Amino acid sequence: MLRRRLNRLLGGDERRVDSRTIYVGHRSSSPSEAFIPPKFCDNRIVSSKYTVWNFLPKNLFEQFRRIANFYFLIIFLVQVIVDTPTSPVTSGLPLFFVITVTAIKQGYEDWLRHKADYEVNKYPVTVLEEGRKIRKESEKIKVGDVVEVEEDETFPCDLILLQSTRDDDTCFVTTASLDGESNHKTHYTVPDTEKDLDSLNATIECEQPQPDLYKFVGRMHIYKNEQEPAVRSLGPENLLLKGATLKNTQKIYGVAVYTGMETKMALNYQGKSQKRSAVEKSINAFLLVYLCILVSKALVCTTLKYVWQSKPGQDEPWYNEKTQREKDTNLYLKMFTDFLSFMVLFNFIIPVSMYVTVEMQKFLGSFFITWDKDFFDPEIKEGALVNTSDLNEELGQVEYVFTDKTGTLTQNNMEFIECCIDGFQYKYRDANSELDGLCVTDGPVNKVQQKAGREREELFLRALCLCHTVQVKEPTEQNQRDGLDQVDSFGVDSEVPHSPQEQTGFIASSPDEVALVKGAMRYGFTFLGLESKTMKILTRSNDVEMYELLHVLNFDPVRRRMSVIVRSKSGDTLLFCKGADSSIFPRVRQEEVERIRMNVERNATEGYRTLCVAYKYLSAEEYAQADAGLREARLSLQDREEKLITVYNQVETGMSLIGATAVEDRLQEEAAETMEALQGAGIKVWVLTGDKMETAKSTCYACRLFQRNTELLELTVRTLEDGGRRREERMHELLLEYHKKAVQDAPPVKGGVTRTWSSATQDYGFIIDGATLSMVLNPSSESNSSRYKNLFLQICQNCTSVLCCRMAPLQKAQIVKMVKNSKGSPITLSIGDGANDVSMILEAHVGIGIKGKEGRQAVRNSDYALPKLKHLKKLLLAHGHLYYVRIAHLVQYFFYKNLCFILPQFLYQFFCGYSQQPLYDAAYLTMYNICFTSMPILAYSLLEQHICMEVLLDNSTLYRDIAKNAMLRWGPFLYWTLLGVFHGLLFFFGVRYLFSNPALQDNGQVFGNWSYGTIVFTVLVFTVTLKLALDTRHWTWINHFVIWGSLAFYMFFSFFWGGIIWPFLRQQRLYFVFANMLSSVSAWLVIILLILLSLLPEILLVVFRKPRGPHARQKKPVQSSVGGNQSPRSSARPLLMRTFSDESNTII
Amino acid sequence: MVKEEQELANRPDNTAFTQQRLPAWQPMLSAGIVIPGFVLIGLAFIGIGVALFVTSRSIQVLEFDYTGVEQNSPCFNCTGQKVSTCVCNLDFSVDSPITGTVFFYYGLSNFFQNFRKYSVSKDDSQLYGDTDYFKSPSVTCSPYDYDSNKQPIVPCGSIANSMFNDTFKLFNINGTKADLVPFDGKGIAWWTDYNIKYKNPSIELLKNAFNNTVKPIFWFKPAYELDTSDPDNNGFINQDFLVWMRRAALPNFRKLYRRINKGLPRGNYSLEIAYNYPVLSFNGRKKVVFSNVSWMGGRNEFLGLAYLVIGSMCVFMSIVMLIVYAKFKFPEED
Repeated sequence: MLRRRLNRLLGGDERRVDSRTIYVGHRSSSPSEAFIPPKFCDNRIVSSKYTVWNFLPKNLFEQFRRIANFYFLIIFLVQVIVDTPTSPVTSGLPLFFVITVTAIKQGYEDWLRHKADYEVNKYPVTVLEEGRKIRKESEKIKVGDVVEVEEDETFPCDLILLQSTRDDDTCFVTTASLDGESNHKTHYTVPDTEKDLDSLNATIECEQPQPDLYKFVGRMHIYKNEQEPAVRSLGPENLLLKGATLKNTQKIYGVAVYTGMETKMALNYQGKSQKRSAVEKSINAFLLVYLCILVSKALVCTTLKYVWQSKPGQDEPWYNEKTQREKDTNLYLKMFTDFLSFMVLFNFIIPVSMYVTVEMQKFLGSFFITWDKDFFDPEIKEGALVNTSDLNEELGQVEYVFTDKTGTLTQNNMEFIECCIDGFQYKYRDANSELDGLCVTDGPVNKVQQKAGREREELFLRALCLCHTVQVKEPTEQNQRDGLDQVDSFGVDSEVPHSPQEQTGFIASSPDEVALVKGAMRYGFTFLGLESKTMKILTRSNDVEMYELLHVLNFDPVRRRMSVIVRSKSGDTLLFCKGADSSIFPRVRQEEVERIRMNVERNATEGYRTLCVAYKYLSAEEYAQADAGLREARLSLQDREEKLITVYNQVETGMSLIGATAVEDRLQEEAAETMEALQGAGIKVWVLTGDKMETAKSTCYACRLFQRNTELLELTVRTLEDGGRRREERMHELLLEYHKKAVQDAPPVKGGVTRTWSSATQDYGFIIDGATLSMVLNPSSESNSSRYKNLFLQICQNCTSVLCCRMAPLQKAQIVKMVKNSKGSPITLSIGDGANDVSMILEAHVGIGIKGKEGRQAVRNSDYALPKLKHLKKLLLAHGHLYYVRIAHLVQYFFYKNLCFILPQFLYQFFCGYSQQPLYDAAYLTMYNICFTSMPILAYSLLEQHICMEVLLDNSTLYRDIAKNAMLRWGPFLYWTLLGVFHGLLFFFGVRYLFSNPALQDNGQVFGNWSYGTIVFTVLVFTVTLKLALDTRHWTWINHFVIWGSLAFYMFFSFFWGGIIWPFLRQQRLYFVFANMLSSVSAWLVIILLILLSLLPEILLVVFRKPRGPHARQKKPVQSSVGGNQSPRSSARPLLMRTFSDESNTII
Repeated sequence: MVKEEQELANRPDNTAFTQQRLPAWQPMLSAGIVIPGFVLIGLAFIGIGVALFVTSRSIQVLEFDYTGVEQNSPCFNCTGQKVSTCVCNLDFSVDSPITGTVFFYYGLSNFFQNFRKYSVSKDDSQLYGDTDYFKSPSVTCSPYDYDSNKQPIVPCGSIANSMFNDTFKLFNINGTKADLVPFDGKGIAWWTDYNIKYKNPSIELLKNAFNNTVKPIFWFKPAYELDTSDPDNNGFINQDFLVWMRRAALPNFRKLYRRINKGLPRGNYSLEIAYNYPVLSFNGRKKVVFSNVSWMGGRNEFLGLAYLVIGSMCVFMSIVMLIVYAKFKFPEED
């Protein structure tokens, strides 16, 4: 007992320290010590939130944490406790409805999760226990168990790979279900572990569970018969993640390190932070206004009630004596209860159903994005993906688009274009015959002017073949064995123009590498594959060369280079390094740089991605030193990354430059058109890229983000070095200069006017690089920080496009954050496809992932995922615009219809002695928002197209009409509120004057108060529904059905409700009231009159607004025929406009 | 083959609904529709308005306040004393005969039948004739549920208790001869109230149902003696009682008292009022109204005027629009 408690205590302690120790197979490290198994959580996955027992309380608690639900609960409780005018049912029923629907939905989702959990937890697995194989349920796996996994099975928990049936101690894995990357990844066994797992005596020390899928640090101590324990480093390449699938490998054994909820997969399931849309903020603001209206109404009524009662005879007329209890109640308590009663009476002004309708609209509306067949890409066979439906309307409000360059603006489909060896340019011409001929000949490929020495050429090509992490894709599992033969046969048969290798292809994390390897292949050097640490390449002379791969110095975006250390057959140890010019040049001998630099810069301006290649020979001592350093760094548990980078930097010095490569990255389809449409829509496009400035700039020109007459304001390391003074001073100077140019000299900016009018002014483009940006954001003295930032922001805001190059992923997010928090808090959108864009996707208001080639991380973290950049245009201009208009109208309409619902009730208080007498029957109060008026607005908010999609797509300027939350600003809100007040007044007083003589029938009988309320209510229902009908510009059969249907339902319900003596009602208030009302001609006439009078101003407004309307409409066809989506800017340049309008005509 | 299927599975459905291309009617409110529409609506409204106005004007109304506040008022005497039965006579003459059925209303002002507490102060089950509720009236009837001796009050509640109890007799004065004008008290309440919503307990002798109950405090007679002459007008289905129980919407209201089927010919009349109902304590007024009705009900000029005003506004707006469009729109279209 004590021991167990102690264990638990130790386990608890264990969790707090930085690392955990795992005993492989639960065998203690030394037999002398008593083995106390550390306590870890079991392998049960619990993704469900509730159990049968706690579902009700927990779910209710969660639901009532929402402010709105809580408000309605309070109202309900007040109704139950205090004697209030309306029965608790009126607010209880809608609340119950909402809560039940949500609970059922969440319960169902949770049931699905339970089912999935059950399947996962009960999945049978094989565990090695003391030499025997035991079948177990997956949930019973404990940390330290040795687990056997067969081909095509998923790993039941996070395992360290101990043994594989493959000869080279590797296994292949796909992580498709984790990050969507469907390529096979190679994982390695821990080197030098014993083949006999039963006698393996080892402990693993590794970090505490953390969610990063691509990081793992640990080390393994292997104990062998009283020897000094051997230590092996463990990295992500040894870790098999739960959820991944074993491929191309018969069987593996691994030891469980993280189980159950501590696996990386489970840790990654935790929800992302919720983004809230600007519309939601507007709703909350309006809600506050209505809450104020509500409270002030209640206050006014309470005050007037007591003023009125102070007159003699009014407080307690003889016909309405108070009960003894009422007389005894304290005056202030009475006042307070009265106040609460009024609150309850008017509480319908904030409708519970609005939240439901808004959420339904968002949820259902988002389907239209996934359903849109225009977003379907036949290449990847996928359409758009909606990860959150909360941000639909935000798509119509975007002011800044931050786009990644590679894979987003460009296709990330790399093609080797040319290379330069020792300053001589080699261009590859895409002609098969020529290629073959040249490949076979020994001469240099396509000699342009002169050629470099043959040795240098071959060294360069060898470098390309060796310095990468590319894998050769194994075609099928049967072919695995004879893969070599195949390659061999190819080697002999050199006439084959395209090897099977090229067709089956290479797999790499970055397409650049594949392009380079393929490029080298075209020049005659083929990479045959990596087998048990040996790289094989086929040279021009058809020799197979073998290199032992000693170390890979991985690529990372900070170093911007990667290296390999190989040992050739002759015993030379070589280091090959490739990377961005900026990171290579300082590390090579300077005299070599100049020859290459010129070529690199020329290539960059042409829009190619350039890489420089360097090498060095390592002497035995040098290698020994590097090897030791690398091993040591790899074994360290803390700060491994930093230590590794330090060693890398030490090794990668004093190299000599061989050459450079140029790889073309083609623009995405319709990239330029999309960018133009965005700019036409008044959206500012910023390109944030890790690429170098020249390349990025040329891409910008190609995308027409910069135009020929755009004046570029450059703030990069290059411009800063001109003056020879301190960089920061120079930067400040430049900032001021640009500020003067772009901000001060520019004509005064005023809202929307300049947006369309800016055509006459000069365009500016701004370029900044990562180094300078960090100087702007973190200057040496704190005081300048905000000043620089402001200057920078102001300049950027006045530029049409901004290019930020050489950005680290975090800097991208910093920029987005800076713009997001700037004045006016503009809505930002980030679009990217790679892991380096995740931070900015998460940071921006709307994050869009492109389903590109760099894995699925961006897609997983995005709010919306699209197959291509070109789809962004429709997503924003059509879907975004419509969603915004729909939801804005929905919100305004909801407030309006509840204001004119409650206002007559408020006014009635003045005629009933402030006694909280409700005007409408309880059934009407309850049903108004649930049944009578909810469906038409929901249908409207799903189907409305006030302007049809084609027109929206053709006229990007229409997007500006709704910019800056135009339909939910205080102006429109005031309009709707006034409309509600007008209607409310009209309904009440119209009927009031009719009732000055309540004898409304030809038999002389009189109508009572429920008739009064029913007439008002009928007018109300018809008016608000017809008002919506007037606003509907797009009548599908659904709209017809729902609008006329809900009016018919109202009539039917009223007849039904008043036609029967309901046994459960204490008072049959509405018995035959509705039918009697309809038998009165006067009631009919007043209903028609009031409906028409309420709607007339609306019709007039539409008509008088018209002169502008047809204008726009008449111009539309003209505009679209001139140029689909020209920005207003271009109208200033007729020539340019003509050229590209012609272009776009041909394209469209 | 498999690939194709997969493609089909992933490809979004190409239906009009999913692609947001449902066939739709896109109404445009153009001047060509709105102007004639306005003219038509305007003319129709003016027509209805004229009809309403003329009808309303043709309805004759005689209205007399008999509260007795003023010294010269015939009922002044009844206001001061605390006599339970005070009778006063209101003399008037009819100059132009009121034709058709004349409806005789009584009116009260500053009387809030729509007080919330007041309006729920009744027991519908009791009034539906359920004798179980005779013994224990609903709590909403408080303080008129039990009398001081803890006897249940039937019918309970403020509404029943405060039933209007002035009675009227109309005499046609011909010189010295006074002829009683016959009143018709049938069908002055809603048909459904009389036949369905209110029921007397189904007991042979109505009185027996009321054993161990007391009449409302304010009443002179118990419910089963409201109209002893006509058993179909007694108890809870007494027409006056039903009229009172249908509560007025506003504090100034009138309720139907009787019909005079033969109309009121020219002549002098005297209305004998049994003045019982106190109103001065809450500053109320009492009045009687003689009126005939038309298809639109009683006299109400508001409706006719409103129709006329809005009709002419429509016509006016259409003229304005016509001018606006003639100036700005039409040349552009050429």
